[in-house]
Amino acid sequence: MTIASPKHPWRPTGKTLLPDFLGILLTIFISFGIIKLTPLSGKLGFAVSLVLTSLVVSGAINYFRRDRKAAFNAVTSVLIYITGTFLIVPVISILIEIIVKGAPGLTWTMFLNDMSVTSADAPANEGGLLHAIIGTGYLIFFSSVLSVPVGILTALYLTEIKGRFAGIVRFFVQAMSGVPSIVAGLFIYAVWMIQLGNQYSNIAGAASLAILMIPTVARTAEEVLKLIPPDLREAGLALGATQWRTVAMIVIPAARSGLITATILGIARVAGETAPLLLTVGGADAVNLNPFNGNSSALPYYIWKAFAMGTDQSIARAWAGIFVLMALVMTFFTLARVFGNRRGRA
Amino acid sequence: MATGLEAKNIHAWFGKKHAVSDISLDFNHGTVTALIGPSGCGKSTFLRILNRMHEFIPTAAMAGEVLMDGSDIYQSGVDVTKIRLQIGMVFQKPNPFPSMTIAENVLSGLKLAQLKIDNRDEILESCLRRAGLWDEVKDRLDEYGGSLSGGQQQRLCIARSLAVKPKVLLMDEPCSALDPGSTLRIEETIRELAQSMTIVIVTHNMQQAARVSDYTAFFLSDGGPGELVETSDTKTIFSVPKDKRTEDYVTGRFG
Repeated sequence: MTIASPKHPWRPTGKTLLPDFLGILLTIFISFGIIKLTPLSGKLGFAVSLVLTSLVVSGAINYFRRDRKAAFNAVTSVLIYITGTFLIVPVISILIEIIVKGAPGLTWTMFLNDMSVTSADAPANEGGLLHAIIGTGYLIFFSSVLSVPVGILTALYLTEIKGRFAGIVRFFVQAMSGVPSIVAGLFIYAVWMIQLGNQYSNIAGAASLAILMIPTVARTAEEVLKLIPPDLREAGLALGATQWRTVAMIVIPAARSGLITATILGIARVAGETAPLLLTVGGADAVNLNPFNGNSSALPYYIWKAFAMGTDQSIARAWAGIFVLMALVMTFFTLARVFGNRRGRA
Repeated sequence: MATGLEAKNIHAWFGKKHAVSDISLDFNHGTVTALIGPSGCGKSTFLRILNRMHEFIPTAAMAGEVLMDGSDIYQSGVDVTKIRLQIGMVFQKPNPFPSMTIAENVLSGLKLAQLKIDNRDEILESCLRRAGLWDEVKDRLDEYGGSLSGGQQQRLCIARSLAVKPKVLLMDEPCSALDPGSTLRIEETIRELAQSMTIVIVTHNMQQAARVSDYTAFFLSDGGPGELVETSDTKTIFSVPKDKRTEDYVTGRFG
């Protein structure tokens, strides 16, 4: 019997990688040449010439080594890698920018103080954004309470009941997701505050955010519920369950992780909204613990106001606020992944 | 005659298409009846009419009567969920509930129908034993159903159907996705179950029909709606069928 050891014959070896490596060197070399010899110059010019040369070089290498099909395959692969890079680069550079500019303004005391007694040009270690965090917390909580049940029930109507109005409902949900956020704010302002005579409050803000959140939750939840195999529903019904019991005990648990994702996407959609809050929450510099009445702040509002002040200290505060808002949204995404990936249990 | 299921002049339509025409069959208590025939002859449609699953297809329509203990399950005012509790169904593709453990899957029917679970362990063991799965899963009842093999999943689905104590069990090609070993285990299960209930099984596998069933019904569609060509005890169908078409089909000359 021969002794076999595990190998990976499909992995590229140094010999097969050599032409690719040379191609990369050649691409970089030619790109430098283009920068030097043609009017194209600077970082942008280098990027443009790098993209074009890499397409030409990869195509040429594979055309001469193999054939036209291989060349076409290589060019499309390179194109896909490039577009992928273009997608990731802005995200990473935004994150780096936020960390670099936000970190210096971060202090522990900023989580304990508000801006009620601090002027715009006070040192950045005075004052804080406690009022904005509390406001954003209220807004996220109440807008979720208002929109998640409505959004998921809407999705259930579209996928489980498939009622006579499903087409119209789907159309309106899609139309709703195109509503500009300021319009949602104006609507609550006009109805809840002007017509009914209420004051600025977190609840009013949450209601306007819920208008933006419902379509996101409903559409994501619908996509998730559509993925649940129909034979699970049939199995439930064939066991003598009512439709409601089948949905509650089988369909929703099976879709649990996706439904959590739908909620988080909805939260992420509204956590950074500023415009509707100007009309509904009003903004404030002090902590307001009552979500049902009175002006209060929110992180996006805090950032907006700090930037508008324009002093060095307040701009540092604004960046620190952006850092905190970003960290908050990313925490939500991480939590969604963690809870979503755990196998659902009813 | 002991209680069983009686289908009288059943027709089925999907939209304008007439899928099943005028089928009358008796299913006696304690017997296994196999429905055989080529694809598209309406066997599965007929089976789904027997426990009112047909009506979930939006364009579906039907005519005729299905009598259980002498009363029509399609009578207005009948509680459909009670009907389906008494007439269970096992599907072609194993479909254990993915969010539930093996134990929860077995008990799911009781929970779904909001019935009382008197003795959890006893129900678990007896259902899994009758489905021929107990010895393989008794130490891993808290694992998810998806961790089982295809054949085990199908027996789990059978155990799940048994937990609600149905009088009739309908099986729609229960072995078509399984290997020969699992098929054999399920056929043994069917024979054992038949002592205490009525079983109707749709199958494309003629040997399977010959092995497990007491009676066989041959369905055929000549382009129009599916019709019942011949029904008799299984031995007769496979040895001396009356109809030429049945003979051609069971001997493998067409279909």
